[in-house]
Amino acid sequence: MSNAPVNNGRRRFLTAATAVVGGVGVAGVAVPFIASWNPSARAKAAGAPVEVNVGKIQPGQLIRAEWRGKPVYVVRRSEKMLADLAKHEDQLKDPESLEEQQPSYATNAHRSIKPEFMVALGVCTHLGCAPTHHKGDFGEKVEGVSDGFFCPCHGSKFDMAGRVFQSVPAPTNLMVPEHSFLTEDTLLIGVGQGEV
Amino acid sequence: MLVKLFTDFMGWIDKRLPVTDAWNKHLAQYPAPKNFNFWYFFGSLAMLVLVNQILTGIWLTMNYEPSNEGAFASIEYIMRDVDYGWLLRYMHSTGASAFFIVVYMHMMRGLMYGSYQKPRELLWIFGMLIFLVLMAEAFMGYLLPWGNMSYWGAQVIISLFGNVPIIGDDLTLWIRGDYVISGATLNRFFALHVIALPLVLVILVFLHILALHEVGSNNPEGIDIKKPKGSIKPEELSKFEFHKQYTAKYDIVDAIPFHPYYSVKDIMGVAGFLIIFCWVMFFAPEGGGYFMEAPNFEPANGLKTPEHIAPVWYFGPYYTILRVIPHPLLGAIGMFSAIIVLFLLPWFDRGVVKSIKYRSKAHLINLIQFSICFIILGVLGTLPATPVYNMIGVFASFGYFGFFVALWFYSKNEKTKPVPERISG
Amino acid sequence: MKKFILVIFALVPMLVLASGGGVHLDKAGNDLSDKESLKRGFDSYVSYCLGCHQLQYQRYNRTFVDLGISEEDGMAKYLLNGQRPGDHITNAMPAKDAAKWFGSAPPDLTLEARLRSPDWIYTYLRSFYLDSERPFGVNNKVFKDVGMPHVLQGLQGVRGIDEHGNLTPAVGGSMTEEEYDAFARDLSNFMEYVGEPNKLERESMGYWVLGFLFIFFILSYLLKVEYWRDVH
Repeated sequence: MSNAPVNNGRRRFLTAATAVVGGVGVAGVAVPFIASWNPSARAKAAGAPVEVNVGKIQPGQLIRAEWRGKPVYVVRRSEKMLADLAKHEDQLKDPESLEEQQPSYATNAHRSIKPEFMVALGVCTHLGCAPTHHKGDFGEKVEGVSDGFFCPCHGSKFDMAGRVFQSVPAPTNLMVPEHSFLTEDTLLIGVGQGEV
Repeated sequence: MLVKLFTDFMGWIDKRLPVTDAWNKHLAQYPAPKNFNFWYFFGSLAMLVLVNQILTGIWLTMNYEPSNEGAFASIEYIMRDVDYGWLLRYMHSTGASAFFIVVYMHMMRGLMYGSYQKPRELLWIFGMLIFLVLMAEAFMGYLLPWGNMSYWGAQVIISLFGNVPIIGDDLTLWIRGDYVISGATLNRFFALHVIALPLVLVILVFLHILALHEVGSNNPEGIDIKKPKGSIKPEELSKFEFHKQYTAKYDIVDAIPFHPYYSVKDIMGVAGFLIIFCWVMFFAPEGGGYFMEAPNFEPANGLKTPEHIAPVWYFGPYYTILRVIPHPLLGAIGMFSAIIVLFLLPWFDRGVVKSIKYRSKAHLINLIQFSICFIILGVLGTLPATPVYNMIGVFASFGYFGFFVALWFYSKNEKTKPVPERISG
Repeated sequence: MKKFILVIFALVPMLVLASGGGVHLDKAGNDLSDKESLKRGFDSYVSYCLGCHQLQYQRYNRTFVDLGISEEDGMAKYLLNGQRPGDHITNAMPAKDAAKWFGSAPPDLTLEARLRSPDWIYTYLRSFYLDSERPFGVNNKVFKDVGMPHVLQGLQGVRGIDEHGNLTPAVGGSMTEEEYDAFARDLSNFMEYVGEPNKLERESMGYWVLGFLFIFFILSYLLKVEYWRDVH
């Protein structure tokens, strides 16, 4: 730049104007490059909401659905499981689900739309392993609690509403995905209540 | 405050890597002749297109699938399912043709103003190597969409190697990696197209520019701006400051620093070029069937030959030379010779006057006939081979090679006009 | 291999002659912004063509959005049982059986309009004529010895060919000639759309880009002139 012998306002203005317009152009060119990293139509089609028929799930039984490549646990909680939820709240990190790990319509004592159906991602909030369902024998992990989830990787424990127990590595409750019921027996995972 | 921070930072860098010095040497204090004309836009435009090809190419690779089963579908996936994938692909496909237009213009400039002559022979050879690698790059890239024209175009060109005596058939087999062009061929072409050849290309471009800045830029007058040290009166020396590398040995006259004068001029050139480029890309990306050929909208099919196999337009001149020679081996030799003679151009031309402006009428006519023959050969390459076209092709081929032969003869004792000492105006 | 090259050289001119080069194509006069026409074309495609010819690169939901069909309507009207809106427009015809029935599997037509041109499709659909020597009893003026039957015969009726090679008016179809031409135009329009679904977006973006570049060019020109005052 040592060679610019004159320097007047017009030159400064034109340099700035060209630089600004050129900068806008470069930003415009960057758009397709950046936007092409968004999920493609194929990814969106594969990640579309998943319908699950929950009519045939027995009380206490868990079924796994797959949504966006992740396992979704759907459990029809028995009367006892529902009743037990209130009994061990003093041992939980976040018994009232204050952390936003669930849609607003599932921010309640049972963390779901219908009390009997628990819907949660089977992904431990610690490092992403899949917790295993312990039905009736969870007492070995947490005394006095008969059902729950235990993560085999680092020993995190969750109750039948996906709420995390104290003194385990997992920081938060299991994630509850957006979900809704199309009919009495048809659960739609991926679209929240009131969105369809 | 910020300015001081920047100066300190650059000081720190410069002690470790001479960035400021390189900036001055190659841009801010590089002496460029003050009389560059329209033809001098194409060097920087070639650079622009190269960057475009590399960037869009990298992004296309993110969604392309180099396989017999998936290649064609992955192109349509890019065109339909990826956000702005169609734009990235059109930038790349239009860029391929634009690259050759720009490079042919750049080479034409070299021919007109004698930019290949002593002392720029090596610079010219690096340029020719770039051209050669670019053709290989384009040829391999054209297979990747895995359309039917991709397939059969590659089939014809790879078959050329079958003309090599004795080892021909084994050679083609080795190049394809299969008995026909297949996924194996596609995969190796993909690897070469996206990694090996671009790497070579970038290195060659780097050497091309380094060699240019060593000998200095030629200009439309063909007059050297480097004069013997001390031969120029101080008041006639340029008012601009040039890097000591250039001024240590010579007095520099009629030159201006590349930056900012040619950088602002090239920005204008880029804007003008982009208007044409974008007009084609947004309104006629198929380039009238020349930039993207219709049969390529059908997947590769080894059992169904397109009605009329034509190479992409930029290979036209060389394909025609191949085609008009009735013997296959000689045809291939003819085609490769057409490129080799370009390499040897600095030695075919025995003249000392560079610019067409001061050379003989004979040279002007010879260059015009060469350009016309080159264009005719290019047009014929995209047309079906009829006897009439073949006949024209033979004449044009003679014109092409004749340029070099005639040049060798008349350039020895050419009647040239007197070349001025200095660039006027 | 040498022989191969020779064969190619010999074949190319013959093939060009054989293809007839200058088959006259009627202008379809497509309008991609005419969504009603595109919808009619889509309807016709699904009813008459999709049974054999897939559009395997195009998705249903993309088509719904571009043509202005709501997802519920589209799903109810076009999707088969078990298909999802994000699926490609495919059929259930096994390629092997198809090859047996027609000699070769019916090609995918997603890119037909780019391979052949929209005018070709328009003309092709209207150029079937009776030819007792063909397996399905029909031939086509723009696609000689075509392997498919005249699926739209019920609509267009049948055409013959006179001694000069001109097609005679269609008789016995449920549509008048004008109706059938409009039908073919809608199909051609839809296929042009499906060949490049973002064509309209591309062109409208082009105007903005060119406008921007024009401004940039003027600015850079003024800048160049300003700097070059030092030189001149």
